[in-house]
Amino acid sequence: MARDSSLHWRPSASFAAIRRRAVLLSDIRQYFARAGVLEVATPVLARYGTTDPALVSFTVPDTGGTRYLQTSPESAMKRLLAAGSGDVYQIAHAFRREEGSRLHQEEFTLLEWYRVGFDHHRLMADVCALLHAVGFTLPLEKHPYAELCLEHAGLDPHRTATAALADFAAMHGAVLTVPSTLDRALLLEWIFGCAVLPRLPRDRALLIYDFPCEQAAYARLRPGSPAVAERFEVVVGEIELANGFHEVTNSEEQRARHQRENARRASAGLPQVPLDEPLLAALSAGLPNCAGVALGLDRLLMCLLQVPTIAEVVAFAD
Amino acid sequence: MASYSTNQFKPGVKIMIDGDPFNIVENEMVKPGKGQAFNRVRVRNLRSGRVIERTFKSGDSVEAADIVEAEMQYLYADGEAWHFMNQSTFEQIQASNTVVGDAGQWLKGQEICSVMLWNGEPIGITPPNFVILKITQTDPGMRGDTATGGTKPATLETGAVVRVPLFIEEGSLLKIDTRSGDYVSRAKEE
Repeated sequence: MARDSSLHWRPSASFAAIRRRAVLLSDIRQYFARAGVLEVATPVLARYGTTDPALVSFTVPDTGGTRYLQTSPESAMKRLLAAGSGDVYQIAHAFRREEGSRLHQEEFTLLEWYRVGFDHHRLMADVCALLHAVGFTLPLEKHPYAELCLEHAGLDPHRTATAALADFAAMHGAVLTVPSTLDRALLLEWIFGCAVLPRLPRDRALLIYDFPCEQAAYARLRPGSPAVAERFEVVVGEIELANGFHEVTNSEEQRARHQRENARRASAGLPQVPLDEPLLAALSAGLPNCAGVALGLDRLLMCLLQVPTIAEVVAFAD
Repeated sequence: MASYSTNQFKPGVKIMIDGDPFNIVENEMVKPGKGQAFNRVRVRNLRSGRVIERTFKSGDSVEAADIVEAEMQYLYADGEAWHFMNQSTFEQIQASNTVVGDAGQWLKGQEICSVMLWNGEPIGITPPNFVILKITQTDPGMRGDTATGGTKPATLETGAVVRVPLFIEEGSLLKIDTRSGDYVSRAKEE
């Protein structure tokens, strides 16, 4: 076979970045050791995939049927919690099929952890403490989702009528048609992603909490006026660093969320995904009240090293 | 009707927005965490030249703009329209003053231009990168003054005005870069 000496074989990350990752991993382990959180390892090759319509799993053919490369270690970690593990964390590789971008690699590293008895506010405080412990020096600020929407888009995400959300999006350059213009969740995602995020300051990390119920994902809903989802995200400029929930613990509620996601998949022409019955059985047996968060370690490294692309912090980029 | 999916978006792809043809200048994925991804594009209106920003839901289809670019020879202008001919099919087309725009100042006849056609109608004319044109008016030259780098205006036979070095004389042939409108060098009669 011919040898091509120009073949690209060198790492995409500098050795400075590769060493910084090693320090980061060691700092994380020290933080959780001091906090009494148990490090765990769960299978990367999973029996069940995600129903999230925005995510596409890598599938692996197997004699027993299709298997999935995990999009996050959430399901297995919740089964550990239900089995009585107490607080757990994991540094896990996760896989999502998507177009590459300066912020996306199809294989990436997540730090995911769960704290028993915490709500999303206590977990946000924990996230801040961890960020400080690993040398993250940007200022941290907490803001409700609705406040940022009002400030940067002039909209109340919980109360503004869907038609007004669609008008706002159209006026600001969204080219959307029916049924997208009737889809409140999609419109809120557009407003948050395309009108609010680009206007946020880049010189600090924002912890954004209490999401609209349409964007609850697997977060608990808190009744009230307005009702909100007890979810938070940590963002630095347009970089989403972490996503956390005060977790749904009710099995029937969790099943309904997955069924709704499968319904969204159907209307978008995406394949149905069998429900993760072992996870639902674990919730039926009793998931303790807990909050969990997934933090993108590659993106955290981008912030620590102040580099603009994820390719510069992973040894070999896609 | 031809269409593009957003995953085919890249610079140079031509799409229809609000009834006008646009050329994609830049395409970027926006994926704010969990949830729907969007394509944020910067697009140039091929009729007005104006650049705007639009976002599409990733996975949506968008009507393709029927844009063809053809090499055509410029024949003549009659005040109302500029006439071009396809040299292989001998088909002729007319382009309005608005469509020809600034390109017209470089054309005197027989130049091979790139004509952009939308649904068969011309919407843009690109002249050759370099044209050779005669100076019809410029102030007297100052011989020997080649070192100071000064310039003066010169009117060309097509009416265009360009900046030329001080030593260039009326009646000279000049090579002009039409992309910048800059004088390149003196030229010889062909």
